[in-house]
Formats: sequence, structure tokens, C-alpha cells
Amino acid sequence: MSDAILALDNVSKTFGRADKPVYAARSVSFGLHPGRTLALVGESGSGKTTAARLIMREYTPDEGQLLFRGTPLGKANAKALKAYRASVQMVFQDPFAALNPTHTIRYHLERPLRLHQPKLNSRERTAAIEELLTRVKLDPALLMPKYPHELSGGQRQRISIARALAVNPQVIVADEPTSMLDVSVRLGILNLLNDMKAQLGLALLYITHDIATARYVAEDIMVMYAGQIVEWGDTESVLTNPQHPYTRLLLSAVPDPDRRFSDTRFSEELNRIEFIRRQSALPQPETREVANNHFIRPMPE
Amino acid sequence: MTNPVLSIRNLNIDYIGAEKDFHAVKDVSFDIAPGEFFGLAGESGCGKSTIAFAVSRLHRPPALIRKGSQILVGGRDVLALDDNELRSFRWREVAMVFQSAMNSLNPVLTIETQFYDVLKAHSRISRAEARTRAAELLKLVDISPDRLTSYPHQCSGGMRQRIVIAICLALNPKLLIMDEPTTALDVVVQREILQRIDVLRKELGFSVLFITHDLGLMVQVSDRIGIMLEGELVEVNDAQTIYRTPQHAYTKRLWASMPKLHGEQIREGAKS
Repeated sequence: MSDAILALDNVSKTFGRADKPVYAARSVSFGLHPGRTLALVGESGSGKTTAARLIMREYTPDEGQLLFRGTPLGKANAKALKAYRASVQMVFQDPFAALNPTHTIRYHLERPLRLHQPKLNSRERTAAIEELLTRVKLDPALLMPKYPHELSGGQRQRISIARALAVNPQVIVADEPTSMLDVSVRLGILNLLNDMKAQLGLALLYITHDIATARYVAEDIMVMYAGQIVEWGDTESVLTNPQHPYTRLLLSAVPDPDRRFSDTRFSEELNRIEFIRRQSALPQPETREVANNHFIRPMPE
Repeated sequence: MTNPVLSIRNLNIDYIGAEKDFHAVKDVSFDIAPGEFFGLAGESGCGKSTIAFAVSRLHRPPALIRKGSQILVGGRDVLALDDNELRSFRWREVAMVFQSAMNSLNPVLTIETQFYDVLKAHSRISRAEARTRAAELLKLVDISPDRLTSYPHQCSGGMRQRIVIAICLALNPKLLIMDEPTTALDVVVQREILQRIDVLRKELGFSVLFITHDLGLMVQVSDRIGIMLEGELVEVNDAQTIYRTPQHAYTKRLWASMPKLHGEQIREGAKS
């Protein structure tokens, strides 16, 4: 993991009262690599978004640290945060809420340029905006004067991606970027993320509960439950040969047009949901490699 | 189809506008057989929810059902019901689970009171009988009868959704309409709930009109599927045929844009 551009090293974060802590992240470690996508999957409340917020430095870890290009990140002051955010950007779930309804698309893309590249003059900025819009496959002349409400959901998500790209980041964290879009526009956004990764050598963290899309974009995958990453590694290996009971449960529940409800292959998992949930929520300090680049934290029996 | 539970013929619904009307549903016809799980799929704005609301006569202006449209439930003309008939028709014939159903429970009443509300409005029933019936219904959806004294906020989202479904089943409706019933829930809970409904409809014999934009889920659970595009029903067939050998170009495009869970991955061929 030495070539990771951004890494979490044994990061923990708890919420709630001290006598009744909620573990949103428990000894979470992973690295993001240039030109690779890492998917983070799990149910709502499993800590996926907490991981994103830790990376964005909206939360400070209770334990552990973030490493950026191998260097531990110290206390967040305004100046350091600004420099960090020029390298690490986020794309949000809700393209309707992520854009300001009172401003034009031009304004949305101009702002990061003004903040992070103050030396550009207005002509250079316009050229940069046009380039960004072309990059996300939108027509610059048509889109620049428009307001968010005049755009479709897919177009808005493309604007969010363009805005993230405006500062030439090295890492993009995409938190459920397609869950609010229709099936037919989803693929366009996923392809766009794939293209950006390949063309710009971005390191992507793709957070989702849609495992089929994770398989489409990500080389590596992590399954999170109750703040712990219970299984991780090569996407194909994890999905075809899941080892942790929670991963099996999750995969058994994922809608799959190739398996009818009457297919009982995973009924055993569905029958022990409570047990799996309870056991998976306990601390699982051990890690075991089950195949090449495929790890689990064995569940206490 | 002999004696369908729901029979829709030439349904046209417009949203009346100041300058021009929007044709939300265009000449849609389909039947749902007794005990059948029928899925209606399509993108946002294609008119699928408009149909669901029309079937239970919950549509409100500016939605207007055009003359010549016909909706029959158990052979009865739904569009001709007067207010009194409508009151007994809803819940008893057709019950509806909304997208945000888990938020449709009254936060200041116990679960038991909410069952009682529905039961007493539609039948002569004492409080004690209602409690017994409510306990039975909760058991159907795998919830302990202890929960009757709980308030909605004390139950999880998935539990609330199951409670709403139990209330919907209180009067043994012939048709259960579910409009995106599990969109807000995570996949494990979604699977638990739908699997339960699949078992119940086989036991109790009701039909389901299931609306979702999750096509994978729809194929998995439905017997037959209708695909909608811009207000038109472009293809209706049994679920496996729709999935394996779709006829309409739009249905083919939908499958081509869905990443696969296993086997060969789709290629970028689908137009972005």
C-alpha cells in the first residue's frame, strides 16, 4: 500500500454518549491509488458516509490518522484544508441539492477556479469552464447560462463532477452519485467516472449500496458493516466468492434478475439475519487473507 | 384473462395546464389476474404512479381521467363510484402502500390505535377484537404483537414499512398497490419485506401492482411486467420473457444500461 495517494490508517470514529458509543468507523484502514477505483458498499448506517467525511476532513478521527502522499495530516487549519481540498474533491448523492438554485452553471464552475487558481484572467477562466463542460460531455454554450432547475438529474450530476474536476484533484470521493438517477442515465455517469479515472489518473472512492454498479466501476471493493470493513479485496473475487457471513447476506439480498425469489441458494443467510447482524457488529480485530488480494475479518462464532 | 382483479382499458390521464395539457398516461390497457404479482416499470415521469393513484381514485386536479377510460376492480367500475361507495372500496378492495409509507403513520398514536382506526371505519368491531386482529396482522409481517403499544418513532424504518403493509392487509383487499415501497430501505430489509409479501399473496390470494424503477428487483419478484415509456405501455409480458427476450427497443436499451452482478459485464455500447 506504499503507492497509495491517500490512506486511512486504523481510523476510528464514535458518536453518541461515552457509555453508549456508536461506532461509525472502527479501525478502518484502506488506501486509494491513482487510476484505480475502490468501491465501498454496505447498508444505510454502516458508516460509508462517515468514511467519506473522514476523508474530506469534515470529521477528525478519534484514533488513527490520514496519510496523504505518505505524510500524516496534522490538525486541520484553514490554509491546510484549502490546499488539501485542491487535491481531494467530492461528488454528492443528491444532484438536486448539491447545486445552488440561484446561480447559473457558469457561476458554479467559476467559483472553484477563482478560489484555487486566482491567477487565471477572465478569458482563461471561460476557456477552462468550456473545457470542463466538454469533458463531462455537455455543450458549454448551451449550459453555461442555465440555472440548475433547467437541467435534468443526469446533467446536474455531470455539473457536480465538472465542479469537482475544476481544481485538478487527484482523489475524488463519490458518495452514491447515481442512486437518485434513472437507470438509463446511470450508466452515462458511471462511464464518465471511468473515463476520468483513466484519462486523468484519478484515485476514486465510489460509495454505493448498488453492488452491480460497484462491479462495473471498481477494481477493488470493501464491504462495511457497523463501522468495520468486514471483507475487502479484488472485486471479482469478493463478489463471486464471498467469505464473510455479512457479505453473503448482503449479496443474497441484492436484486438480481437472474435469480427468482423462489431460488433458495441464500435462504440460510436470510434465516439468520439477526445472528449475522449481531455477530458482525462485534469488534473483529483479526484479519485473514482468503485468496490473493481478498481479505476478511472473521466473524466471532 | 378470465375475471381479472384489475382491468384497465384505454386509460388516458392528462394534467391540465394553463396553456397546454400534459398527457401523462396514453391509452393504457392491461389486466391483473387474481393472485398475480404485476410489475409496472419505467423512469421518473413516465406515468406509472399516476396510474396507481387513478386505480384507487386518489388522483387530484389537475389530473383528469379522460372520457372513455375504464378501470374495473373485480368487475366494478371504479370511475363511477360515488363518495360512499368509494369509502368502502378503498382498503376493502384496493389498498395502497406509498413510497414514503413508513412516514405515513401518525406519530402521536400507538400502532394499535392506527389499526383500530382503519378497522372501525370499515367494520363493526370492538376495541378488544381489533387488538386481536391487529396482533394477527402484525404476526403476518413478522412483527411481535408487543409492538402494538409502541409509537412509530420506536420502530425502525423497515418495521414501520411492514406495519403499514399489515394495516393495508387488515380488510383482506383483493389488490395491493405498492408504489416504490422499499426505495428508502436498504437491500437486506427490502428483501425481507418483499419475500414476506410474496409468501402472503400466495397464502391470502391477493394481487399486487408493484411499481418501481429497480428493474432487477422487478424481474426477480414479478410474474408479469409492463414497461412504460412517456405515458405509453410499450411492452407487457411475463417477467422472464421481458428479461430474456425483450421485444421493444426501449426495453432492450434498459437492459443494456444495467450493470450486471455476475457473468459477462455489459459493454459501453449503451448510449450515454
